[in-house]
Amino acid sequence: MGEKADVWQGTLALMVLKTLETMGAQHGYGIARRIEQVSDNQLSLNYGTLYPALLKLEQEGAIASEWGVSENNRKAKFYKLTRAGRKQLEREAKGWEQTKAIVARFLSPAEEA
Amino acid sequence: MKKLRALWMRLGGVFSARQENDEFDAEIASHLQMHIDDNLRAGMPPALARRDALVKLGGVEQTRQAYRERRGLPWLETLGQDLRFGLRVLRKSPGFTTIAVLTLALGIGANTTIFSIVNAVLLNPLPFPRAEQLVVLHERKPNFDHGSISYPNFLDWRQDNHTFSSMATSRGYYFSLTGAGPAEQLDGQFMTSDFFETLQVKPMLGRTFTRAEEQPGAAPVVLISQGLWQRKFGSSPDVLGKGIALEGRAYTIVGVIPASFHFSGGILPSRDVYVPMGQWANPSLTDRASGMGMRGIARLKPGVTIEQANADMERVTRDLELAYPAADKGIGAKLVPLKEQMVGDVRPFLLVLLVAVGLVLLIACVNVASLMLARSTGRMREFAVRTALGASRKRVIRQLLTESLLVAAAAGVLGLGLSVAGTHAGLKLLPEALPRGEEIGMDLHVLLFTMTVSLLAGVVFGWMPALKTSQADPQSALKEGGRGMSGIRHRAQSIFVAAEMAMALVLLIGAGLMLRSLTRLWNVDPGFDPHQVLTFGYTLPPSLLHSSPDAIRAAYHEFEERLTATPGVRAVSQSWGSLPMSDEDDEDMFWMAGQPKPADDSGMNWALTYVVSPDYLKMMKIPLRRGRFFNTHDDMRSPMVAVIDDAFAHKFFPNEDPIGKRIVLKSGAREVEIVGIIGHVKQWGLDTDDTYPLRAELYSPWTQVQDSFVQRAPSGISAVVQFNGSAANASATIRRAIGQMSNEQIIYDMQTMESLISDSLAQQRFVMILLGTFAAVALLLASVGIYGVIAYVAGQRTQEIGVRMALGAQRTDVVRMVLLEGMRPALFGIVVGAVAAIGLTRFLVKMLYGVSPTDPLIFSGLALMLALVAVAACYLPARRAASVDPMQALRAE
Repeated sequence: MGEKADVWQGTLALMVLKTLETMGAQHGYGIARRIEQVSDNQLSLNYGTLYPALLKLEQEGAIASEWGVSENNRKAKFYKLTRAGRKQLEREAKGWEQTKAIVARFLSPAEEA
Repeated sequence: MKKLRALWMRLGGVFSARQENDEFDAEIASHLQMHIDDNLRAGMPPALARRDALVKLGGVEQTRQAYRERRGLPWLETLGQDLRFGLRVLRKSPGFTTIAVLTLALGIGANTTIFSIVNAVLLNPLPFPRAEQLVVLHERKPNFDHGSISYPNFLDWRQDNHTFSSMATSRGYYFSLTGAGPAEQLDGQFMTSDFFETLQVKPMLGRTFTRAEEQPGAAPVVLISQGLWQRKFGSSPDVLGKGIALEGRAYTIVGVIPASFHFSGGILPSRDVYVPMGQWANPSLTDRASGMGMRGIARLKPGVTIEQANADMERVTRDLELAYPAADKGIGAKLVPLKEQMVGDVRPFLLVLLVAVGLVLLIACVNVASLMLARSTGRMREFAVRTALGASRKRVIRQLLTESLLVAAAAGVLGLGLSVAGTHAGLKLLPEALPRGEEIGMDLHVLLFTMTVSLLAGVVFGWMPALKTSQADPQSALKEGGRGMSGIRHRAQSIFVAAEMAMALVLLIGAGLMLRSLTRLWNVDPGFDPHQVLTFGYTLPPSLLHSSPDAIRAAYHEFEERLTATPGVRAVSQSWGSLPMSDEDDEDMFWMAGQPKPADDSGMNWALTYVVSPDYLKMMKIPLRRGRFFNTHDDMRSPMVAVIDDAFAHKFFPNEDPIGKRIVLKSGAREVEIVGIIGHVKQWGLDTDDTYPLRAELYSPWTQVQDSFVQRAPSGISAVVQFNGSAANASATIRRAIGQMSNEQIIYDMQTMESLISDSLAQQRFVMILLGTFAAVALLLASVGIYGVIAYVAGQRTQEIGVRMALGAQRTDVVRMVLLEGMRPALFGIVVGAVAAIGLTRFLVKMLYGVSPTDPLIFSGLALMLALVAVAACYLPARRAASVDPMQALRAE
């Protein structure tokens, strides 16, 4: 269970970072909705799990937060990517591509023959 | 780096928890609000919009919890909770807390004290650079394994060895200082040039001696101590080149030795002045066969082991044996590492004390553990409720251990305070018993030790009650109101009682053996009566040094007569040679008259020599066996006479009458006639004299001492005085009387013979007092412990006892039952303790005198005493249990 959560946490962090890179500063709710949309609603995301992930990224210095006002005039806490966060995104995206390629090679039927 | 930053932030989160909680609540609220807004816009009815938002979030409380766990460090927060809760619990039962903390503080304080001594004396390096290279040199000869070195031999050792980077020797000497205020006695040393270089001690001012200054006939120079520099020269920096008059001769000061230079406890006490060896006008200095009380100090070359040095010195001494067979036959070198020389004697003592004090701490731990266990029964419900509410077993154990550690930490702090106070008091009490005493104090090692011991103690006494308590099944605990666990509990408490008894008995037996051994020693007859006798060293005015032998003899006569005429003084005797029980010993070699002189020294016989006055025998109350002692007619004009002791007679005249026999003394080749036999006196100490190889004693009248010796004597010899009344009064009158004779005359080291004897037992007494104290503390703790356990167990069984009595049990039955319950583990513990003591007292053997380490009387007596104490401790609660009113007890149910 712990390991699974780790992978999930790691992927979630990557998604958060990518979302922030694409959209600029965004609040937690907005990030959650965006992840859902991008995943084409195939990912059932418990919005609550986003907040510890955001906190972790903030503690690690990848993102920064400040209070602002949403498009609908609600007070909300906005997160944005820091310079370290951008680097981390780059690194993790590359890592993810590699993992994907390796796993894909294992799974491709041609290789198995 | 990322991790570190996160950890730091989380650590911060622990402390800003409240503010951040509020902030997160606001964030969640805003999240929900936005979600609800969207849902409403999508056309949901308000109630559904809200529910959907909450479901998507996954629950506000769960989110909050997950967030909280990520924000701070959960274990740190738990620890904080445990600590706060523990403190509250401890504050709520001040009685328990006080007793537990005091008990442990006693144990920890005692351990810290002994460890600070062990640390300073045994563990810390000596205060010299690379002290492990330093070695003390002795001359090994037939009667002495650690004899003193003759100066010519030393010079050859220094020159011929290949394994030492430097080598020096020194010899204590009392110098009279005149011309700078009233005359005084200076504690000094004659030494060779490399002494301070060997120790790598640098003078704080000026320089040390050169090799040239070491030679006889060199211009007299002197190094002075910082103390003397302050006292006599007001720490003036231009003291170099100034002169001081020692023994009536002007010496030029060339350097000042810092006061931090300590060399006490070993062979070379700290001194006031240091003079090159060549200034010592003593003809025996060039005699290869005379030891002259010198020991050497040498520094091994880097990388050289003591075995290599031993082999090297073996080669050197064998060469010397060939070159000088007359003087050096059978002479070797004995090397002892400096640290071993200084503290080797006390190591076993200190280790025994460390073990003893460790046992005291264990007993204290067991006591507190049993207190905690008893107390945790009262808290069974509390923990049952916690468990029922979902606390894991781990969490309960952690809570209980936190409480123990809190107690242990408080005890550690208190114990450290006790120890600081105790060490100061203890060292003042027994300043001479320990070498390196001045180095004892608190340092980082001691603090670390105390911390470790406290933590260990907390775990040791905490884990068992914690395990037992957490084992409790919440169901039965809640059902039975906390009475159900008595089975497990009793077993644990029986073990506690047995363990306490066993450890207390081991300590009691150790202390008992030491006490008995010391009483034995006190009752050993030293061969003389030390009461009303005191001794002191003195010098005649330095001006006499260059007078004729007869003038000097006349001065001694006058000294003796005037002192005898002093009120309060009953008799006076010179004491120029050995003095029993002091460190002063003097030896001479001899052969039987009529036989040829042995070819070399190894063919000679040895005897301890005493040079005294006619009154010596009477005042020391040494029994005269046969013949006569000296009288005033034995002088330079009458035949040379000598008196021997029992040991001499047995050894050298086993089957004949020694009286009238003649022997030839090597020093001065004087032939003397034996005129009397007296009792043996213990020269070497109450315990060790019997086993010493050299015990034969030879007395000569000082009035027949040859001229060359008389001429050297004015600088430092001893007198023995028999006095009336108190020693303090006598000492004052003697000082006054001598002061009136001449203000250039010095007396020093005045001491009663009784205190000499008691000083010789200082170390044994030190151990005995400490061991006795520890044993007393152990006995107290153990009896309080067993009392507490039995009282508690009996209290738990009040209802049961009520039932039994209602069913017809007599009070005596109840008393017997409770007594037995306590005595069974106690007796078991006593048996275990006795067996353990048999194993452990073996390590005491070297410290015991006249008592076997398994002395049956001590073992059985103390076991019996401990059993009686246990009975008493059990009887009180037993009687109270029996006085229960059965009606009342049952009604309470």
